[in-house]
Amino acid sequence: MDNRRRFEVISEFLIEWTIKICGISAIVFVFLIFLFVFREGKDFLLNSLDLKEFLFSPEWYPDSVSHKRYGVLALIAGTFSVTLLAMAIAVPFGLGAAIFVSEFSNSKVKETLKIVIELLAAIPSVVWGFIGLSIMNELIIEMFDAPIGLTVLNGGIILALMSVPIIVSIGEDALKAVPDSYREAAVALGATRWQMVYKVLLPAAKNGLLAAVLLGVARAVGETMAVLMATGHSLQIPHSVLDSVRTLTATIAAELGEAPVGSDHYQVLFIIGILLFTITFIVNLTADLIVKGIRGK
Amino acid sequence: MPSSVKKVEIQNLKVQYGNKEALKGISLDIYENEILGVIGPAQSGKTTMLKTINRTIDFTVDATVAGTVKVDGVDVRSVKNIFELRRKVGMVFPLPVGLPLSIYDNVAFAPRAAGMRDKNRLNELVERCLKQAALWDEVKDRLNSLGTKLSGGQQQRLTIARALSHEPEILCLDEFSIAVDPVTTMRIEDVLKELRSKMTIILVTNLVQQARRLADRTAFILNGELVEIDSNDVIFSDKPARKITFDYVNGNFG
Repeated sequence: MDNRRRFEVISEFLIEWTIKICGISAIVFVFLIFLFVFREGKDFLLNSLDLKEFLFSPEWYPDSVSHKRYGVLALIAGTFSVTLLAMAIAVPFGLGAAIFVSEFSNSKVKETLKIVIELLAAIPSVVWGFIGLSIMNELIIEMFDAPIGLTVLNGGIILALMSVPIIVSIGEDALKAVPDSYREAAVALGATRWQMVYKVLLPAAKNGLLAAVLLGVARAVGETMAVLMATGHSLQIPHSVLDSVRTLTATIAAELGEAPVGSDHYQVLFIIGILLFTITFIVNLTADLIVKGIRGK
Repeated sequence: MPSSVKKVEIQNLKVQYGNKEALKGISLDIYENEILGVIGPAQSGKTTMLKTINRTIDFTVDATVAGTVKVDGVDVRSVKNIFELRRKVGMVFPLPVGLPLSIYDNVAFAPRAAGMRDKNRLNELVERCLKQAALWDEVKDRLNSLGTKLSGGQQQRLTIARALSHEPEILCLDEFSIAVDPVTTMRIEDVLKELRSKMTIILVTNLVQQARRLADRTAFILNGELVEIDSNDVIFSDKPARKITFDYVNGNFG
């Protein structure tokens, strides 16, 4: 009896600590990643970087011999334009598809669609980039009579296609988590299916749906290879969706291999990493505040 | 007082969930302006019967329904406007289902779904329904706060107010007092007595005494079969038609 009791105490203790370590490690890892990125860029960030020029100048000439300039405004504009366009396409399509799969399709269609969507999520980003580079490129040149098809439009559509599966599968989970009693109650009150979805399910699932959209945004902001291939990688502030751009992530990917370790250029690339970190942090924080605001009402 | 007009006619109603028989052919009539108590142990098919009346059983994927259910003489399976039928029937579920909306929006949900937009009429209706459900005094100052934040008893009265909001002709209550304290239960029972003059009430309950207190007639359903339906004078007397009814009503069951 005593032995058994001791065993219970010890195993309880071990399990508790294992879970604690798992939880804490997630925080530690994120913190360490940030620390590493910060360390690589810190000398330049603290000593020679002109923050105003960095954020507000579109001139990015890290290789210039006479006058090196590190302005990332054009890169920020590139990232934002492509992400915004992607979200403008992916959010309505993704949420619409999630609602269809969860509420309006029979079980056969539902199963098929879910498999297809998962397949879509499993396509490697370089393949998406290839589709942008070869197929979309020619399509855009032909349709808009544009000189080049590697543009904001191209990258936005490719990113939208990449984000939709995430939005659909997480959005569908969120809708599925709404208790059936809500559906029953709404239907018993004489609501049509669409009224039920619009007035009851969407408000009930709003936190989960917001999370779905945010993960879609995160994917779009962080995507590198596909946008590198599809947007033309040309440094400018876009004036229309038919302009080529360059994004923050693509710049890091394309230039980090060329920059000598420890050089100014190398350090600035890490500062761009910090900037990306900050952007995703702000996006998450805003979402958190929105969710809290909704809850508090 | 109950009239002799049949409001709901159930004829040889059979319902199966997959292979499992939930109702094995029951027939009974429910008259206008009566309170019909429906008693019986859990899993005997009481809730299933209610679901066939407003056809919410359509949403149970593996359910098959045979036999007929008529409301006002019309087979519910032949009605064209299913939403109108559902608004004719008010439903109150065992556990209160406050929709994730404000108190006001909860009550205004059905009228809005039916197309009512006039603000003054909505305000009036919300107030009247909340008063009928004996909830108005407690919530009139916070109509815009979430319905799900009310206490269990308040939420159940909110669902009753909501069930009244579409001015149903038939009000179905499915074990409404399961999550409600005795004092609130008595208040709701008083409300039901008042409503009897305006509508037909079907009261499914696990509490035999509740059926005795409220109902004009009571039906005893057991294992998907109708054992007996008669006026309360007979069901709760020393000599109902079947001995098993007597045993159940007096707690000598099983």
